[in-house]
Amino acid sequence: MTGIKVKVLSGRTLRQGVGKEAGKNSERYRTSVSICEMNSEDITSLSIKAGENVKVTSAHGSVVLKSVSSNQLTKPGMIFIPYGLYANQLFNETTGGSGMPTFKGEPAVVESAIEEPVKTLEELITEI
Amino acid sequence: MEIFQDVVCPVCGCLCDDIEVSVENNKIVKARNACAMGTTKFLNYNNDRIPSPMIKNNGVQKPVSLEECIEKTAEILVKAKYPLIYGLSLSSVESVKVAIELTEEVGGVLDNQTSVCHGPGVQGIHDIGESTGSLGEIRHRADLIIAWGANLQEAHPRHMERYSYTSKGRYRNGKEDRNLIVIDVRETLTAKAADKFIQIEQGKDFEFINALRTALRLEQIQKDKVAGVPVEEIEKLAEVLRSCEFGVIFFGQGVTQVNGKGRNIDGLFSLTRDLNSWTKFLIMPARGHFNVAGVNQVATWQTGFPYAIDLSRGYPWYNPGETTIIDIIRRGESDATLVVGSDPIAHFPPAISKRLINTPLISIDPAHSMTTMVSDVVIPSSFAGIEYEGLAYRMDGLCLPLKKLVKEPDNTMSDEKVLKMILAKVRELKKVN
Amino acid sequence: MQDILIKNGTVFDPINNIDGEIIDIAISKGKIVDKVDESNAEVIDASNKIVLPGGVDIHSHIAGPKVNMGRLLRPEDHYRNLKPKTSVKRAGVGTSCPSTFTTGYEYSEMGYTTVFEPANPPLKMLHVIDEFNDTPMIDKACYPLFGSNWHVMEYLHDNKEDELAAYIAWTLRSVKGYACKLVNPGGVEQWKWGGDVEGLDVAVGNFGVTPREIVKGMCKAVQRLNLPHSIHIHANNLGMPGNYETSIETLDSMREYAKENTNGKPNPIAHLTHVQFNTYGGTNWMNITSGAEHLAKYINNNDHVSIDLGQVVFSDTTTMTADGPFEHKLQTLTGNRWVNADIEAETGCGIVPIKYKKSNYIHAIMWVTGLEAALMIDDPWKVCMTTDHPNGGYFTTYPRVVTWLMSQKAREKYMEKVNKRAKSRTALESLDREYSFSDVVISTRAGTARLLGLNDKGHLGVGADADVAVYNIDLNKIDPAIQYWKVRKALRRADYTIKDGEIVVKDGEVVKSVPGRSYWVDSKVSTDLAKSVESEIKEKFKDYYTIQMSNYIVAEKNIINSSPITVQAEV
Repeated sequence: MTGIKVKVLSGRTLRQGVGKEAGKNSERYRTSVSICEMNSEDITSLSIKAGENVKVTSAHGSVVLKSVSSNQLTKPGMIFIPYGLYANQLFNETTGGSGMPTFKGEPAVVESAIEEPVKTLEELITEI
Repeated sequence: MEIFQDVVCPVCGCLCDDIEVSVENNKIVKARNACAMGTTKFLNYNNDRIPSPMIKNNGVQKPVSLEECIEKTAEILVKAKYPLIYGLSLSSVESVKVAIELTEEVGGVLDNQTSVCHGPGVQGIHDIGESTGSLGEIRHRADLIIAWGANLQEAHPRHMERYSYTSKGRYRNGKEDRNLIVIDVRETLTAKAADKFIQIEQGKDFEFINALRTALRLEQIQKDKVAGVPVEEIEKLAEVLRSCEFGVIFFGQGVTQVNGKGRNIDGLFSLTRDLNSWTKFLIMPARGHFNVAGVNQVATWQTGFPYAIDLSRGYPWYNPGETTIIDIIRRGESDATLVVGSDPIAHFPPAISKRLINTPLISIDPAHSMTTMVSDVVIPSSFAGIEYEGLAYRMDGLCLPLKKLVKEPDNTMSDEKVLKMILAKVRELKKVN
Repeated sequence: MQDILIKNGTVFDPINNIDGEIIDIAISKGKIVDKVDESNAEVIDASNKIVLPGGVDIHSHIAGPKVNMGRLLRPEDHYRNLKPKTSVKRAGVGTSCPSTFTTGYEYSEMGYTTVFEPANPPLKMLHVIDEFNDTPMIDKACYPLFGSNWHVMEYLHDNKEDELAAYIAWTLRSVKGYACKLVNPGGVEQWKWGGDVEGLDVAVGNFGVTPREIVKGMCKAVQRLNLPHSIHIHANNLGMPGNYETSIETLDSMREYAKENTNGKPNPIAHLTHVQFNTYGGTNWMNITSGAEHLAKYINNNDHVSIDLGQVVFSDTTTMTADGPFEHKLQTLTGNRWVNADIEAETGCGIVPIKYKKSNYIHAIMWVTGLEAALMIDDPWKVCMTTDHPNGGYFTTYPRVVTWLMSQKAREKYMEKVNKRAKSRTALESLDREYSFSDVVISTRAGTARLLGLNDKGHLGVGADADVAVYNIDLNKIDPAIQYWKVRKALRRADYTIKDGEIVVKDGEVVKSVPGRSYWVDSKVSTDLAKSVESEIKEKFKDYYTIQMSNYIVAEKNIINSSPITVQAEV
């Protein structure tokens, strides 16, 4: 099965903002940052239903996330992952002399990963 | 029950100061006027505390006394050749001052979250300068508000109500007197609330800004579309910008964290400057953490530089891209890191986190985070603006006093006090050596 | 604290009529005293050296949001002065916008002990105080800005003089301000819509008052509040050709409020600051010239006025002012980087870096204008030496400015390098006046302290604060008019600076760091008036500001060495 090419955006969401204040160990935080917001056409083209897991792979890493259909992504080809450890698996360490990594616009491939579980934060940390 | 009025909210850069906090038996039971993020912090901040000072021993964090932690931290910092001190955007200004003094004493680098949020925006000030103002100016006068790569509705939930689109000022009576235009790659909640949404192609902010500057000068763009936007629409936008009475651009990480980075900001600052020959126009960043701007302020007046300050030569030095934390760690130059109230492990690319963990890592934090979980030394602290007082700077540079609302847990103290203890210990060790 | 005896120095203390006499100065517990026990005192041998009161700077932009924005705007400014940490000094950088620690050290190393910051928004005073706390070595205070303040303009519009006075008293007390600063009165409010006012009688758009009414009303209020310092004013049309007329008109509008002092002369009630920027003749940039002659004539005939110079020193510096419209004009003229920062309900700010070039006609005219003003105004008590740091030049160039005042030869030498057309179109060359050391002490210490109402500063009489500077200038060997460079060198690095009775600088280097005080003024108005005005302010506060009134107030606990000066108002 083939994936689709996308650009990954990461950013603040209100749920993530609330989740981090509720505590980094809280379920609220974990579920707020382990999602992949997608355009509904992209979800359809992966032959999955919203809520099923996807695997996102960039040149720098790979991460499994729960897909969410988002009406903020009005065009296919872009996915959005809230700031956090999950999103960061995909990003490059270089800053191009700016001090700032590129947290938005990283090319990646999204595939269906219905059988693969979303890792816990502990698991991700252990892998570091 | 004790009720505190005019409490400053220690969450985002809006620093709303109209919160009414009710405290019963040293517990916050209500936070009136706060947004969802603020309310959650006031009511839940105490849920996930670090129970005790800890030092990692054979890979496992074990409870120890505070004094042991301070001693260990001082030893690590004194021994290190090029230590990093990072964070402080959730600490009081007073804490930042001690952190700078400590960095000076150990000859390291002081950096903060600015590096990975609005660093390029700060660099834009070096390049172009900035036509800006206090948020009240926007509230009173702005009839045109542009949110550019800034999702105010989600990142700064009360921004519109207190300072911008829906706020009521002397000359503007709420949103009917204003025009909100969102320029973004996503149709964010802010875009959905706007009078107009202009969707540009991802990574093309710089060319869109330049096209707009061309259109602003009433010159012809030799193309049908720029950044996915038809030229007629760009010309229309230029006309809207030229003809407003008082305009403002709020920019967010949608322009600072994408390709182009500081170049995008140079473009936006230049655009704003150009606009002032037509009308009155300001620009300002929508800053995230409640005191990230405070760190830049204090660092600038004490060292001349806003962040990424290298004090290893004895005098302050600054070269973002070189003295910024990500770059130092990427080059493998730092040999110890002290993190104050920040979670770099959750927010840095994994290759950087890996190196961060491979050198001694110390965390001062009131609550658990990804970073405290992997630190060699963990020092619990209290919450600025809840358990200890101090000063903080709003996103527009306005200084406000944080309040102490409840007593801190017995085994914690402010970042300021923890850092002072470390500084004293460092000086003591340096004398012995 | 050990007693100090400064022996055999050549003392200049004009307030006590001491003009170069060799006398000993005794210091105990932070004050000048009659005598000390020499065997228990630290003795400083000041033979062949001059002994002056510590420098008192009436106008220098050293702290606050505007200065900090200047620091941020100009990382390249810092590279010229990199100061490593030492066992007594914190690290720092900067020339035109130095970091706070460096500012304190460099002032102290020049023998200055008091520096007043001349312009900040009341709303930002907590920030100013936060920087003062990090500015060691010197006593400080700040003049909050009132020239485009909404409350002020509304009270004036409604003819509520008592309420205006009470509002000013409340603001100074709340935000810990010292005096009232007016910058381009009314013009800054206009700038918030992109405009300006071009004269004293142009109404400020939405408020229906004119700059003249603001100037007069504020002056009257300040007089009734008995503030220690007069109105500190930066007039309309600053920086524009022909603006000396506006400046004189502004000063004249205040004359009626002057009160007589014990000598039967009017007290100074209007301090026209950085006159150099306010005193041009001509009608455009091509024919701009010095207007100092006109201004000096007015000031020589009117005793209600004092000035400071704002002298230009050819250098690469940073202009910064609350006069937003002026800085915007400067940006469009120069194309340089530009910061603008408007502040709700109160004021604005602009910053533009500038390089004053000797070859540039306009810059040369500016240089001449400041010096002409200093030399044409007869009474040194009316003239304070400043560069309006950093607007005309850095404060570290003061010794150079002083030598221009003291030596015609120094001026002539320098003029050889300056734009010839400027030289031929001005009178500077023909002026042969040379300041004496007493004149210099007046314009840098005694006069500034007196104009600020600091009775314990600016002199070395018994009971004065023991703020003293000793310089290695042997007047038996050096004639300041001839060997002016030796004077310049000596004034740059004091042999000793004594602050509050402690030796803080030795051989031009800081040897001890002390925090210095923060002064502010509490003018007591009648209780009923104070109460009613406070409730009026409270009512408007929510509408005018984006913060709560209680958070506007600067608490004394946030101030290191908070030093209130209490006066009784006449309202």
